[in-house]
Amino acid sequence: MGDVFVLAEHRQGVLREVTLEMLTRASGLVEKLGGETVAVLIGSGVDSFAEKLAGYSDKVLFVDDPLFTDYNSEKYQKVLAELIKKYNPGLVMIGHTTQGVDLAPALAVEMNLPFVTDVIDLEFVDGKLQPVRQYYQGKVNANFAFKAEPPYLITFREATVEAAEPSRQGKIEKVESPLKEEIGYRRFIEYVEAEVGDVDITQSEILVAVGRGIKEEKNMALIEELAKAVKADICGSRAATDAGWLSHDRQVGTSGKTVKPKLYIAIGISGAFQHLAGMKGAKTIVAINKDPDAPIFSVADFAIVDDLFKVLPKLTEKLKELRG
Amino acid sequence: MKTFVCIKRVPDTSEAEVKVDVTGKDVDSSRFSFDINDADNYAVEEAVLIKEAKGGTVQVVCMGPQEADVMIRMALAKGGDNAIRIDDPRINVLDPLKVARVLASVIKSQEFDLVLTGCIANDDGSMAVGVALAEELGVPHAAMVKKLVVEDGKVKAYRELEGGIAEVVEITLPAVITIQTGINEPRYAPIRGIREAQKKELKVLKIDDLGLAENEVNAASSLVELQKLYIPVVVSKAEVIEGAPEEKAEIMAAKLVKGGLL
Ligand SMILES: Cc1cc2nc3c(=O)[nH]c(=O)nc-3n(C[C@H](O)[C@H](O)[C@H](O)COP(=O)(O)OP(=O)(O)OC[C@H]3O[C@@H](n4cnc5c(N)ncnc54)[C@H](O)[C@@H]3O)c2cc1C
Ligand SMILES: Cc1cc2nc3c(=O)[nH]c(=O)nc-3n(C[C@H](O)[C@H](O)[C@H](O)COP(=O)(O)OP(=O)(O)OC[C@H]3O[C@@H](n4cnc5c(N)ncnc54)[C@H](O)[C@@H]3O)c2cc1C
Repeated sequence: MGDVFVLAEHRQGVLREVTLEMLTRASGLVEKLGGETVAVLIGSGVDSFAEKLAGYSDKVLFVDDPLFTDYNSEKYQKVLAELIKKYNPGLVMIGHTTQGVDLAPALAVEMNLPFVTDVIDLEFVDGKLQPVRQYYQGKVNANFAFKAEPPYLITFREATVEAAEPSRQGKIEKVESPLKEEIGYRRFIEYVEAEVGDVDITQSEILVAVGRGIKEEKNMALIEELAKAVKADICGSRAATDAGWLSHDRQVGTSGKTVKPKLYIAIGISGAFQHLAGMKGAKTIVAINKDPDAPIFSVADFAIVDDLFKVLPKLTEKLKELRG
Repeated sequence: MKTFVCIKRVPDTSEAEVKVDVTGKDVDSSRFSFDINDADNYAVEEAVLIKEAKGGTVQVVCMGPQEADVMIRMALAKGGDNAIRIDDPRINVLDPLKVARVLASVIKSQEFDLVLTGCIANDDGSMAVGVALAEELGVPHAAMVKKLVVEDGKVKAYRELEGGIAEVVEITLPAVITIQTGINEPRYAPIRGIREAQKKELKVLKIDDLGLAENEVNAASSLVELQKLYIPVVVSKAEVIEGAPEEKAEIMAAKLVKGGLL
């Protein structure tokens, strides 16, 4: 099929884990399909990343230029398009991350590439690659076939495979930047850190987490009572913070916080992968949801499939009673 | 400011059981309830806020069936000026790049400063249409924007990254911005607006009206093809608590306390 290109993702001096996850998956692919794994690193002052990536790939293509100090979709797109034209890989993998989805669709249109987003797995059917993705927030899986000739382009979901230990010694090949000067209509200004709140939920031992299932702000009272009974801090899904029931620093998930409490009680939360990513490391997870197919149950230790409004008052009452 | 906002009608499947139909390539949607896509609701609000602050127009674009007119009228009631709905069975709606091509052909034929889309559709979740649309239009973009400041001939967009960090970028107009939920507080449509919306123009177009050939947007022209849909096997290690609601509550409370989980 050709080589597998993996775009290295980094920000603020940190190489992001999704890069190593993709390289791990790519290694499995080339074992079956032939070709090499190629990490594509675009940046400035990131030599240490090139060395790290060499441990995970057959080759590192390193575009090292001050033009790429900060990520910029326009510049990345230009560089990737040139590299794809020059090296003609079989498959290009970009993380399905806030960076990847800001970049990949435009690249797919520009180069007219067969393109599938948010891929969670790559299967082989009759010797051909089939990307698997999901619909309806994880309730349905779909297999796709690429119809045209490679290169193919996918965005690959974070945390679907575990990064292996480094086991290669790829060669680092410096590539001259196809871009010679600043271009375009988009300029990076700065990063603004997330707001900090009164409670740091990443430090909480017990968390009661609330989702859209409680329907209305006034029902937060039920959550507060339960939290009081078990001395928990309150956090929530994005739906809960968007609705204004909680402040944004209490949001758990990819665009919020990653928490690892002793106990996490999820109430009326469906368990979108962006939420699961932030809480599946909790030691014990209790989920209350009336939908038996809710993905939250895939990570739960205790499942209560029922109407939260019927379960919560009694749960709180009983907990108070037992704890005196 | 001439703003376009793209909205999609989506099923609410957060509580519904999803079943694959007999073809194995579609789902049985007969029992779903539908609404405007979450992020698009915020995009409509953002467009109307910009119009209120800077003047100009808001045009609503939607590809979808006649049932989507309810959501379109709602966007018009909130402050949209007119709307275009594209409804044509020849379009391969399964392919986000085809959706983008169609939306682009609507917008391209007119003057525009700003195009707002949602950053993700709740149902299909490709996170692809907005950025692909920008490339089709040949204009810059910023994806997943949680704060937007409109300045003279440019915008400052706060892209929300992992961990809630914002990447601030400055973009020259015209541009496409994909809106993240939580950027504003979507209003309810005022009664008067709902009445007025009935009189606003809503054009329904086919690809021929857009100057698109069938082989640019049909299934045969797509470079990927759906092979099969199936319900994933979910492995759960969870202990399922049984009984009436109160019994479940009691059992769970006992487990938490006696199991030393608190
Ligand atoms: C780029 C990006 C980043 C994101 N980051 C995050 C993030 O950091 N954190 C996050 O949480 N989400 C994030 N999301 C959003 C995520 O995709 C989901 O939309 C969100 O998690 C849904 O929240 P929810 O589970 O509360 O709501 P829903 O998905 O609407 O689920 C509500 C649940 O409540 C249940 N329910 C309803 N009524 C009852 C009842 N009476 N009793 C019991 N159960 C009931 C339903 O069965 C349903 O499962 C992100 C999305 C994007 C695109
Ligand atoms: C089995 C199956 C069958 C399907 N059948 C149909 C069908 O019959 N009809 C149908 O319409 N779709 C259908 N779809 C949905 C279709 O696959 C997607 O809508 C399409 O690929 C666009 O991708 P997305 O919705 O994931 O967009 P995303 O990229 O996640 O959406 C981002 C934004 O793009 C804009 N946008 C997306 N779609 C539209 C639209 N239609 N009009 C205006 N703005 C839009 C919105 O602003 C949205 O917030 C089907 C999906 C599946 C899985």
